[in-house]
Parts: sequence; structure tokens; C-alpha cells
Amino acid sequence: MSERAADVTVEDNLIEIRDLVFKRGDRLIFDGLSMTVPKGRVTALMGPSGCGKTTLLRIVGGQLKPDSGTVLVRGEDVGKLKRADLLELRKDIGMLFQSSALFTDLSVFENVAFPIREHTRLPEDTIRDLVLMKLNAVGLRGARDLMPGQLSGGMSRRVALARAIALDPCLLMYDEPFTGQDPIAMGVVVTLIKRLNSALEATSLLVSHDVHETAGISDKIYIIDDGKVVAGGQSQDLETHESARVRQFFTGSPDGPVPFHYPADKLEYDFLGDVGL
Amino acid sequence: MDLLRTLGDRTLERLSGLGRASIMWGHAVWGLPTLRELPLVIRQIYNFGVLSIVIIILSGFSIGAVISLQFYTQLSRFGAEDAVGLGLALVLLRELGPVMTGLLFAGRAGSAVTAEIGLMKTTEQLSSMEMMGVDPLRRIVTPRLWAGVISMPLLAAMFNVVAIYGGLIVAVQWLGGDEGGYWSGMQENVEIWNDLGKGVVKTVIFALLVTWIAVFQGYDTDPTPEGIGLATTRTVVTSSVMILAVDFILTLSMYGEF
Repeated sequence: MSERAADVTVEDNLIEIRDLVFKRGDRLIFDGLSMTVPKGRVTALMGPSGCGKTTLLRIVGGQLKPDSGTVLVRGEDVGKLKRADLLELRKDIGMLFQSSALFTDLSVFENVAFPIREHTRLPEDTIRDLVLMKLNAVGLRGARDLMPGQLSGGMSRRVALARAIALDPCLLMYDEPFTGQDPIAMGVVVTLIKRLNSALEATSLLVSHDVHETAGISDKIYIIDDGKVVAGGQSQDLETHESARVRQFFTGSPDGPVPFHYPADKLEYDFLGDVGL
Repeated sequence: MDLLRTLGDRTLERLSGLGRASIMWGHAVWGLPTLRELPLVIRQIYNFGVLSIVIIILSGFSIGAVISLQFYTQLSRFGAEDAVGLGLALVLLRELGPVMTGLLFAGRAGSAVTAEIGLMKTTEQLSSMEMMGVDPLRRIVTPRLWAGVISMPLLAAMFNVVAIYGGLIVAVQWLGGDEGGYWSGMQENVEIWNDLGKGVVKTVIFALLVTWIAVFQGYDTDPTPEGIGLATTRTVVTSSVMILAVDFILTLSMYGEF
């Protein structure tokens, strides 16, 4: 009975992270982080800048190796996969980078066609249809001949999104998808993430610190701080979370346990010097 | 004590850089490009080679003309103007052709490649390629390495030809030397292997050096705007110093026995 229950959890979670420890130089980025990403849902990961959100995506994608702990994607331990298996796994992962990361020497069309050309041997007209379908999904079918340099920030993010879904991945990872977008572009990206997740029957893992947008589309939110998950749940639960730190982050107020001032000497010391002491 | 530590730190840093560069080299050169990757190599030959032609031709012409002018004024004092062609050809084939092409190549193509790859890294293009299951070493680095090794010897050949014609214009058309003497000195005394062949060997070695340094600096760059600037400078400085140092060693081992 218990064995069967274990099976069910593996089946239901696309990603399982257990006791992840990751160091960069001497700095401990993750210190025993554990979390799960349920299949078919949008899961968000939030936390203050520099807390290692992007690093976590890179660990899930196998670009960085954890120092200890396990990261299971589809039941496979990413940290221990051989190079060939890792490349195979990545074909099923679409990732949207913060900077969009479009290939600057290729047109919009060729950017979206790139993963298809690399991994399949489809005839040219099939590729054309596929690419135009993906571009149509993000509303940029008409922009196929533009170069990345001619696109606005919002457009390039949509092209990058079309490229990320080119091979119909089962896992979509978004690194700060809302940063630096105007309100309209932001709204478009929000709807797209939600829509694509259900249309592709994919699982989404989203990293962001835009509370409002993230809360609107996520089924589950994790908040990380100091290398650990400090809270997890639906957005309503987090607004009323018992930890003042979590509440402060979620409501975005300047006052709270997280200090406004960077650690410094006493005020008197800086302004009055020795006289004041 | 502090000095000692800095020295040690620097040495370790250099050594680990060399290690990373060698690993990258190993991965990238593993196997010739496949037929599918051939268009990529050709495109890079265009970037490396074709776009460097103008600077190679201009410099080749000036260098040929200047050396020929110097040789002519000195040699004519002994009535040996006919030796200008031979002297120029030997200097170019053995030393100046490979070295100057190497330096110009490092400045023109090497810096461009470092900046290009560095920018790709900074804008996460390399990462995204990796995340798509495409190996950026094979896709970005390998074609550039091969293109560099193919195009630089061709550029050196062009440099030499243009320089010899530049010399001809100065020594014969302008200063009134004998054209027959200019060519026949070359024809009789330039040896295929000893002069031309060894020069080609040098060029290939310099080409490997420059492309390796350029590609590695780009690939290993600190992903910030300052990082790209620094990496580009390092490419030009390191390649230039390496070319001159290696040239000395090569010349010593090739022609040292006289």
C-alpha cells in the first residue's frame, strides 16, 4: 500500500528536489532546499534578488551540478545523468531566459526553427508550418522575417517563448519573464504562460519576484530565502502566512524584518565623528 | 609575503586558464565537422578570411614597399640592386609574412570572434543553446577553429604576393631597378621547402594559436560588458605576444643550424 502511494507521488510530480545543497565558491546558495513541482501545473519560485532563483533553474536543467542532494526530473537524477542522456532530457525542456537569448545572427523564423532543425530531420515545408504555428501562438506570425535587433523587448520575449515551445516540451521554465516589460507586454506574457501551459499539457516552473503577476497565474508558490524554502502554498495562504518575513515579501512593504538599511556603523559615528561619542 | 601570494595566485589562475583552454580545445576539435556543419564553417571562413582581406592587402602592400625601399637604398651603395627581390622574398616568406598576417589576423578576426562569442555568452545565447540540447562547443567553437586554421594561411599567401608586388613597384617602377634581376634572384634562390614550406608551417601554427586564444577568451569571458572588453584586449595582447615568442622558437629550430 505504501509502495503504491510512493509511486503516485513520483507520477504526480514532474520535479522533485530533496535536500539540495549548492555552493558557489565559499558562498552557500542552497542549504538543504526541498520542493516539488506537480505535473500539469504552474509552480512559481519567488524570493529576493540574488537568492539563487535562476541558479535553481540551471540546476534543474543540468547546467550546474548540485554539491549534494537530488534533483529528479521525470524520475531521473539530473546531477548524475550522462552527457548524452542530459541532452536528450533537455529536448523535453523549454526554457525562457531573462534576456530572451535570441540568436542575434538569425531571423525570427530561423530562431524558432533552430531547435527543430537541430533535433529532427523534418522536410522544409513541415518545419515552415510548425514554426508559423508556434509564432502564431504568440501572435508574431507576421514578424517572421525580422531580425532580433528589430524587435521590442516584449516581442523578443514572445519569440523566445515560441522557440522554447518549438519541440512541444513537457517542462517549461521561465526565468523572470515579467522583468523589464511594459504593462501591456506583461499582460500578454502572463496570459501566454497560462494558456501555453494548458494547451501543451505541460508543466511550468516560473521564477520571478513580481508578486502580483506571479500570484495571478501560479497554482503553487514557493518562497526561498537563505537557501531554503521558507514557505509554500497558494497565494492566499502566503498573504496571511505566519512568518513576518514572508508577509513582508508578499506585500512588498519596506518595513518589516528585512531591514531597509544596509548594515552600517551607528548614524552618529558617520555624521558626528568622534565628537559625538 | 603578499607579493609571493599574489604571484602564486596569478600563476594558479593562469594554469587553470590553460587547463580550461585545453579541455575546450579537446572537446571542440574532436572530429572533423560533419557535412551538416560544413555551411557553418564556410560562413565563418567568410567572417574570418574574406572580411580580413582588405586590411591584409593594404598592409602587405605597404610593408613590401617600405622594405623594398630600404633594401634598395642600402644595396644600391654596393651595386647590388638586383638582390632586392630575393631579399624581400626571403624576409617575407620566412618571417614577415607569417608574423604580420598573424598579428593583423589577431587584431581583425581574433578580436571580432572574442567579442562575438563573449556577447553570445553575456546574452545567454550559449546557455540557451545548451538548454536546447545543442552543444555550443560543436556549434559555435568548432566551426570557428576550423575556419581560422583554413583562412589564415590563405591570407598569409595573399599578404606575401601583394607585398612582393608592392616591392616591385617601388624598386622597379619608381627607383628604376631592373625587373629581370628582381624576379630572377627570387626564382634561382628561393627554396620550396626551406623558405616557402617552413613559412607555411609557421602560418598554420600561428593560425592555431590565434584562433584558439580568441575562441577561448570569448568562451571564458566574464559575462558582463566590461568582461567582453577585457577579453577582447586579452585576445589581441596574448596572441601578439605568443606569435612573436613562438616565432622566435620556430625560427631557432628551423633555421638555427647555420
